[in-house]
Amino acid sequence: MGGFRIPIGEWAEAGVAWIRDTLGWLLSGVSAVVGWFVDALANGLLSLPIVAVIVIFAALAWVLRSWRFAIGTVVGFVLILGVGQWVTSMQTLALVLVAAIIAVVIAVPLGIAAARNDTFSAILRPVLDLMQSMPAFVYLIPAIVFFSIGVVPGVVATVIFALPPGVRLTELGIRGVDSETVEAGHAFGATPGQILRGVQLPLAMPSIMAGVNQLIMLALSMAVIAGIAGADGLGKEIVQAMSTVDIAKGVEAGLSVVILAVYLDRLTGALGALKTQRGSLLGAIARRRAPKDARVSTPTPAPEPVGV
Amino acid sequence: MTTAAVEAKNLFKVFGRNPGQAVKRLKAGEPRDQVRDAGTAAVIDASFRVERGEIFVIMGLSGSGKSTIIRMLNGLHDATGGEVLVHGEPITGIPAAKLRGIRRERIAMVFQHFALLPHRTVAANVAYPLELQGVGKAERLAKAEEILGLVGLEGWGDKLPSALSGGMQQRVGIARALAADTDILLMDEAFSALDPLIRREMQEQLLELQHKLQKTIIFITHDLNEAMFLGDRIAVMRDGRIVQIGTPEDILTDPANDYVEQFVQDVDRARVLTAANVMERPGSVSVTDAAGPRRALRTMRDARMAAVYVTDRSRKLIGMVSDRDALKLVRRGESSLASALRPVPQAVGQDDVLMDLFVPAAESPLPLAVTDAEGRLVGVIPRITLLTALGPSTTETTEIPVILDPVPGSVIDEALAGGAVDGPATEKEEVR
Repeated sequence: MGGFRIPIGEWAEAGVAWIRDTLGWLLSGVSAVVGWFVDALANGLLSLPIVAVIVIFAALAWVLRSWRFAIGTVVGFVLILGVGQWVTSMQTLALVLVAAIIAVVIAVPLGIAAARNDTFSAILRPVLDLMQSMPAFVYLIPAIVFFSIGVVPGVVATVIFALPPGVRLTELGIRGVDSETVEAGHAFGATPGQILRGVQLPLAMPSIMAGVNQLIMLALSMAVIAGIAGADGLGKEIVQAMSTVDIAKGVEAGLSVVILAVYLDRLTGALGALKTQRGSLLGAIARRRAPKDARVSTPTPAPEPVGV
Repeated sequence: MTTAAVEAKNLFKVFGRNPGQAVKRLKAGEPRDQVRDAGTAAVIDASFRVERGEIFVIMGLSGSGKSTIIRMLNGLHDATGGEVLVHGEPITGIPAAKLRGIRRERIAMVFQHFALLPHRTVAANVAYPLELQGVGKAERLAKAEEILGLVGLEGWGDKLPSALSGGMQQRVGIARALAADTDILLMDEAFSALDPLIRREMQEQLLELQHKLQKTIIFITHDLNEAMFLGDRIAVMRDGRIVQIGTPEDILTDPANDYVEQFVQDVDRARVLTAANVMERPGSVSVTDAAGPRRALRTMRDARMAAVYVTDRSRKLIGMVSDRDALKLVRRGESSLASALRPVPQAVGQDDVLMDLFVPAAESPLPLAVTDAEGRLVGVIPRITLLTALGPSTTETTEIPVILDPVPGSVIDEALAGGAVDGPATEKEEVR
């Protein structure tokens, strides 16, 4: 048995080296664009007055969910400010948002393709399993090789880790659309594109939004690992706290991650079910515009059968 | 012969690994079960013509292939073998874009579970086919509102479908199909998801709409009552094959084989319920022999019948008299019905089970007479009542039209007014 060895590791290393050497132009391009977006977003958030940022977050919370959530948002972000993690939190938020947007942009079309093609779905499934179950540190290594230390490998690792639920829930949502409704689209002569846009995507939206919500939560959970790759933010704080056994700093940075997580979760969760958010400003506007319950304020009495 | 609205020629549909081979073997005469290794045959050698303006019902139990057939008529399923012609144009084996065009312009469909778009308002749902046809927004919403009026849903256009009851949602489904303004309407178990009372109401409404619009309707159902009530002609399916095509009367009185016979007979209620359970009061279709021909004629006119039963003083059924005979009596000035009495061809006992009433009911020119042990007329059973009693619903129905066509009311009125023989009336009768 001593001589038996399958050199998968070496193959992988050779593959990584080949990609680095031949696709270097692409990698540096990606690196520049992603890095620019994260920096721009982080700088944008940090250049605004802190009060303005908190007001914007609270306003979003009210518009999409409820005034109670808006108050919770203010309390949470004031707490982040109070423990001195404002700057790092905004950096992490920028990283998570950029990674989540990239992941959504990749995941939703993949999910649509998987829902339409069984073969593609069968191929995609083990790939998604691999992406989800492979320890995140492992693909951090080539990411660092490709993009060097900094925020970009953090974003890349985060995208890979966060992608699968987005793909899966998009596929599930589209496959779960009532087949008779899709059939109705076909029966009235809709093209496949019209059915996707007019029937499948709108009806799958709650499921897709649940996927986006899961995706963002996973992205946030990668914040610490992004810190190991050298991305500025809460992750870096936690890594430093760990290496210096700084309990105080660790707790404060960890708490900030939790607050960000809860905020993003509730916000994106509300996106998936806007109509059921009774307290949200959007819902209130929609209700005011549309007439109330059919039976209460209907313009005509309940219809009799036609003719007679 | 004019071209049929829809014509199916030797349609086959096989799902599975080797559909082509399965069709070949089925054509060679192998039974369905033996070709199971090549695929599941859902439709086997189905041929039929649907004429313009008719309601053609395809009836069968679940798994009989009826839903597959209707989906082949608009190309939602490809035919494995055979051909579908819509107004003489083939829709099998044509490019997808052309098929979509035919679906947009020629064939609309109503679905069992309504299949409305829940995120769109009722009006936007109804306007959906017009949107696909490329009609402008203002125009299609105006049209949608107009069609909603047609199905009795004025003012509901800005609601979401979820705010509507099942029956109303299906009216939206029908409105949507009507909005497409196609001449062919496919209805796939359109009323099966509705509760019985609503279902009956919708069936009546559909007939009223059909009276106005004269579409060609192909209606799928597993419900015998529904098939009989709606269908101008009915195709009965079993295990993928059409076993009989005929008018409701054909199916009822002359079942092509044991299966159809069973379908008509083998309803548990038919063995349990008796004539007395379903009969209606005989008052409107019977007179006593003392009443005389004028009274008999009036009764017939009011009931829109071509004949009435005649009973004696103890309500014993002694015969029937037709409107023509009664008319002659009136013209001759006779005051007794006795000379015009004919024997009642069909009368059943009040304890006979419904199963035994089909043949008499179909042959009887009047609602079937029900007599008790002493031969007294205790009730009548119009055919529709008999059919309704078989189904799960117990909805009451009204009088049915009879097979003989009655003398026009005006002739009767004249005869009644004029008393004895008068020229013009006789002439009119001869002209007829």
